[in-house]
Amino acid sequence: MTDATTVPDEQKQKKPPSRFRTAMSGTAGITFLSIVMALVIGAFFIAFSDPAVQEASSYLFAKPMDTISAAVTSVVEAYKALLTGMLFDPDATSLVDALKPLSETITMATPLILGGLSVALAFRAGLFNIGAEGQIILGSIFAAYIGFQFNLPWFIHLLLAVVGAFIGGAIWGGIAGFLKAKTGAHEVITTIMLNWIAIYLVAWLLTKPSFLREGRQDPISPPVAESAEYPSIFDEWRVHGGIIVAILAAAGVAWLLDKSTLGFQFRAVGANANAARTAGMNVSRMYLLVMLIAGGLAGLAGSAQVLGTEKSLTGGISAGIGFDAITVALLGRANPWGVVAAGLLFGGLRAGGLNMQTATGTPIDIVLVIQALIVLFIAAPPLVRSVFRLPETGGAGFMQTAKGWNG
Amino acid sequence: MKLELRNITKKFGDFAANEDISLTVNPGEIVALLGENGAGKSTLMNVVYGLLQPTSGEILVNDVREEFSGPGDAMTAGIGMVHQHFMLIPPFTVAENVMLGHEHTKGAFLDLDAARSEVRRVSEAYNLQVDPDALVEDLPVGVQQRVEIIKALVRDAGILILDEPTAVLTPQETDELLGIMRDLKAKGTSIVFISHKLREVQAAADRIVVIRRGRVVGEASPSATKSELAGMMVGREVSLTVDKPPANPGAPVLQVANLSAADLEGRPILRDLNFEVRAGEILGVAGVQGNGQTELAEVLTGLYEGEVTGSIVMDGQELTGRTPRQILDGGLGYVPEDREHDGLISSFTVTENLVLDQFANPPYSSGGVLKSSVIDKRADELIEEFDVRTQAAAAPVSSLSGGNKQKVVMAREMSRELRVLVASQPTRGVDVGSIEFLHKRIVAERERGAAVLIISSELDEIYALSDRIAVMYRGAIIGVVGPETSRDEMGLLMAGVTND
Repeated sequence: MTDATTVPDEQKQKKPPSRFRTAMSGTAGITFLSIVMALVIGAFFIAFSDPAVQEASSYLFAKPMDTISAAVTSVVEAYKALLTGMLFDPDATSLVDALKPLSETITMATPLILGGLSVALAFRAGLFNIGAEGQIILGSIFAAYIGFQFNLPWFIHLLLAVVGAFIGGAIWGGIAGFLKAKTGAHEVITTIMLNWIAIYLVAWLLTKPSFLREGRQDPISPPVAESAEYPSIFDEWRVHGGIIVAILAAAGVAWLLDKSTLGFQFRAVGANANAARTAGMNVSRMYLLVMLIAGGLAGLAGSAQVLGTEKSLTGGISAGIGFDAITVALLGRANPWGVVAAGLLFGGLRAGGLNMQTATGTPIDIVLVIQALIVLFIAAPPLVRSVFRLPETGGAGFMQTAKGWNG
Repeated sequence: MKLELRNITKKFGDFAANEDISLTVNPGEIVALLGENGAGKSTLMNVVYGLLQPTSGEILVNDVREEFSGPGDAMTAGIGMVHQHFMLIPPFTVAENVMLGHEHTKGAFLDLDAARSEVRRVSEAYNLQVDPDALVEDLPVGVQQRVEIIKALVRDAGILILDEPTAVLTPQETDELLGIMRDLKAKGTSIVFISHKLREVQAAADRIVVIRRGRVVGEASPSATKSELAGMMVGREVSLTVDKPPANPGAPVLQVANLSAADLEGRPILRDLNFEVRAGEILGVAGVQGNGQTELAEVLTGLYEGEVTGSIVMDGQELTGRTPRQILDGGLGYVPEDREHDGLISSFTVTENLVLDQFANPPYSSGGVLKSSVIDKRADELIEEFDVRTQAAAAPVSSLSGGNKQKVVMAREMSRELRVLVASQPTRGVDVGSIEFLHKRIVAERERGAAVLIISSELDEIYALSDRIAVMYRGAIIGVVGPETSRDEMGLLMAGVTND
């Protein structure tokens, strides 16, 4: 990852900072550099964990070049596998096969985008929605039940299941919003607790005859009816119509925030609840409404899992998506289109990570390390600026949008 | 001690908050640093106190060059600072606060006796009259400020920086502080006194240094006239009095009867208030801060969160029990006392802030959708009409100066037909030039026939604007007097002393 080397030649003549460096010091630049830094540090992890490197390092002082070349090879191979696993497979024989990695990336990204939008929207209203995980589970339960229980014509069935998923998530988010509005209970606490309730709720439901698939002991529901499935393009591709819902949802959230009076109030409450109240806004009602909508968006992520990817409800249906969604919202800086981009990146890392593990034996945990590092750097813009010696001109840290514990 | 600054420049990015400032404070001298808000006074003093590092220039203490990487270094060099907002821990005693950061210990334990005797020693030496065992939260603001001064003196500060020390004081407390400053000076302490209040600067300083836009624009002696000083501060001639025709009050618009309020713990905050404000009249509410004025404004606007009894009638409509939204829509305009906290959303644009309480009403939106072209057009008109100096209507309001921020709040509230205007501290932290403008607009609102209620802790402002003055003390209106009442009498009322 050579992007990191664009800077040093300018270090001698200290001022004035070039336009490029000033731009890099802004939020978009910091995001990009954070990803670069995470990949660079990830490279060291890959090299250290590679058996060939470990072997060469046993005679490091005799033949240092062996270690270095083994390290370079392992990193290049691993990142090549990561990239081909994200985008396309050059060895494939047909175009459909060649683009299968991209299909995987989008499939993985779909629920991340929807969950990320949920977290991002609540964030803009000043709430930290840690509960996307539980809201996804509730959305999945509703979507699955409607999907396997009813027999309806195509599209109407799908529409009903998707709306059901939204309502399921909205109920779960709404509980946290209601508690915040009426009692002041901190949403971080309530959403975490609601996550646990949801996790055990789905486990319990999948022991009941009305949810458990006939003849199975493990927690899995009957498959959803084909009429309730998101449509797909090719049988070889897992990508499904959920991505359209995700893009529409991003457009909807962007419109809501920028153009509607409701979104104006969300943003006002999030940026300064006191001033919002003084200007006559009903802050408690905004907390309730934003959590209803945020919960609904996470519920839609559940629909993508149940009606698109997995096609039935399982005990592990949410698979930590709700927690990665927080990261996605952070990386996307709580901006709807930023969330789409971040969701695609993280979806790609998930898909590519699997390919990297099978192709080069590099553990997929490296991907988790890279994801964590990206967020770490984004949370600390001064760190990134000091590494690249960027001027202090860019926007302030994004994390300031997040309210503290007493916010 | 002698303090000398040579060619201090402090830049934030491209913006020079201080440029080439040179300044000498001789031993036992009181130098006033006079300038508008945002002129760079506080930045300069933060440089001297080690909170900021100068971009270039030198600081000399007793002719020795010093470099401060933090306030600790400045304190060691003998510089003490009393901040505008006190750095005290309210539930701690005076002695505990004073030793904070420099704890005396006996073995593994704190030596409170040593701290106590230290406080007593300094308190007696400078006649400060502070009890080392009192809890800070129980002390009046003026005494809390003396605790801050003791904190500096205990650490042998030979140079004391006082940042806007009188902003929170009653007239009497201000006089006491000026007396303390003279005592300190007599004992050889040098003082830098930051202020934008001309009266106090003239009363206390040996020399006045005027700062404008980060530069020293001149020196003046305390005998200079107020308008000379104001002119140097602003850079042009300013009128310090408000020209207003005699009031011509009409029918009562705002009638308050038996209004009481208690906070969430049940403590009484407002006690049986009865007053009315007529159309075309300005009622000033004077009083030392913290005597219920803030809460009165919140009660009138429906924002108060405690229990409210009694009645508030605007245009024949009862307001108690209504939401802020309903009260605003009923024709009440509200300028909150803390614009950063309650009046503006700093990350929002100037335009957005200009419609913050009107966006949901026609013509700014319909069917829940904002009409950005209408909003933008209206914002441009208001920016023009209220002379808001901003780079762009779409710039974040945080990029504006205090005076221009306040203009945004005023413009928003006055952008619709008001029956009642409630303005709390309408010109706090606002430059002299903007004060003139804002006062004119408030008088214009009166002339248009609104009932105006001004709450201010600045007596000058109360005198300049009010047709009648209500004085608040401990949640009650202790008297309603005319604007011809003398300052002495007013000071007594504000301290709770009535004639009978």
